[in-house]
Amino acid sequence: MTGLFTLFYKEILRFWKVSLQTILSPLVTTLLYLLIFSHVLEAHVHVYPGIAYTAFLVPGLVMMAMLQNAFANSSSSLIQSKMNGSIVFVLLPPLAYWEFFTAYVAASVVRGVVVGLGVGLAGLWFSAIPLAHPLWMMAFALLGCATLGAAGIVSSLWAEGYDQMAAVQNFIIVPLTFLSGVFYSIHSLPPFWQAVSRFNPFFYLIDGFRYGFFGVSDVSPGLGLSIVAACFLALSLATLLLLKSGYKLRK
Amino acid sequence: MIPAIEIRQLHKRFGSVHALCGVDLNVEQGEFFALLGPNGAGKSTLINILAGLARADSGQIKVLGHDVRADYRQARRSIGVVPQELVYDAFFTVREMLRFQSGYFGIRGNDAWIDELLENLGLSDKAKTPVRTLSGGMKRRVLVAQALVHKPPVIVLDEPTAGVDVELRQNLWEFIRRLNRQGHTIVLTTHYLEEAEALCNRVAMMKQGKIIALDTTANLLNSLGSIQVRLKLNPARLPESLNYLLITQDDRVFKLSLNHLAELETVLRTLREAGATVEELDVTKPDLEDVFLKLVQA
Repeated sequence: MTGLFTLFYKEILRFWKVSLQTILSPLVTTLLYLLIFSHVLEAHVHVYPGIAYTAFLVPGLVMMAMLQNAFANSSSSLIQSKMNGSIVFVLLPPLAYWEFFTAYVAASVVRGVVVGLGVGLAGLWFSAIPLAHPLWMMAFALLGCATLGAAGIVSSLWAEGYDQMAAVQNFIIVPLTFLSGVFYSIHSLPPFWQAVSRFNPFFYLIDGFRYGFFGVSDVSPGLGLSIVAACFLALSLATLLLLKSGYKLRK
Repeated sequence: MIPAIEIRQLHKRFGSVHALCGVDLNVEQGEFFALLGPNGAGKSTLINILAGLARADSGQIKVLGHDVRADYRQARRSIGVVPQELVYDAFFTVREMLRFQSGYFGIRGNDAWIDELLENLGLSDKAKTPVRTLSGGMKRRVLVAQALVHKPPVIVLDEPTAGVDVELRQNLWEFIRRLNRQGHTIVLTTHYLEEAEALCNRVAMMKQGKIIALDTTANLLNSLGSIQVRLKLNPARLPESLNYLLITQDDRVFKLSLNHLAELETVLRTLREAGATVEELDVTKPDLEDVFLKLVQA
């Protein structure tokens, strides 16, 4: 297991060395969302009874930041090493495909959680937030980060350049996170868009994560967690199969 | 004894290009072996398959008896590869890179060997320097250190001295020779044929995915005769009776291959009788480059 732990540690050190870009920058961006949306909408929007809009917003933004950064961690690390050729340093040693997967996903979870913690703690300055079910909150947070870490691996394996990688980020990941109920409850949407939202796995992540804080959710947390776990398992299986086959890594 | 490298009927295609066409090759333990060939001959493809960076379409390839696919962990532990491209990870220092590489091979607490590698490769004062800030030659040294960090019994160097200054080249070869004396098997690809000639006991020459020559360096050199004579003639015409000795002709310069120096007198007499004037004359021993050119141009 030394190989797996070394790769995991290397991935942690990689984002830590550029923490201005990988931690502080997303933290500031997310806090700007919080500052602007809470200021503009606080007096006009009430999603759940008895919960201020700013308090409602904080968990959603925390989850959004976690998901985007977990994705960015594995995808940027892999696409960079693919493009500059340093991927050979992990292809030459006797690392198994599942060790490769575990190390990259675990490092993505760590980065997601670090950024999420930062946003959450800063969010407390804007509004007091209850913590009704911490275990549900943690389950959704960890599964969400792990799913996006795996998605980052698949995307960077497929992408043949930075342009394709940016396309996945900008045209798939960002829209799915923004349209997942970070800023609203899907019950405020017309029925058609409510139905569409239920096909977005990010919706269950945000909704379930928020349940951990408020004990209120749009769908049952058990159903949400099952769907998220199924997505994680399916994506992990696909990623492991791709890594085992050497897809776009071993010619 | 199990061969260091055993290759049987190895085939690899990239689309319509048949990069390797049934290569068979054994490299014995302790050999200093050269793999030569023009660009596109298939050398790097062969090395990539050996290292697990590429996969063969068919055939078998083993490192110290370990199949590179079925028993990949043992095969990769047995081999250290210096890649041809000058690659590096922009985030880390030299020592960090070497510690990571040790860890990937399952080795903890490898600092004593890392220090020895740094010293032997003239990198001791660069241990804390980010690799991205090093010169090209220094980056090449780091790549060599990374390949050796797990003390592999088989070491493959794919063009290790490309773009490297003379001093480093000599230091590097001195170090690699020492490793070879200690029992490591060395496989080398290089464009500097004089390096292969000076270092290697055995040479394989590749062309269009096939091995076209495989012999000891001495036998390959003897195959062109024991000496070569370079003559600049006026007029630029070689008597027909000497054509069987001709290796190459470049304008008025003729390169002939002789088995004995005594044959030179016969050559000069024939030229005199034919009315040709010898304007320049050099006598040299054939080098690997001559063998290489002869085989590649055949």
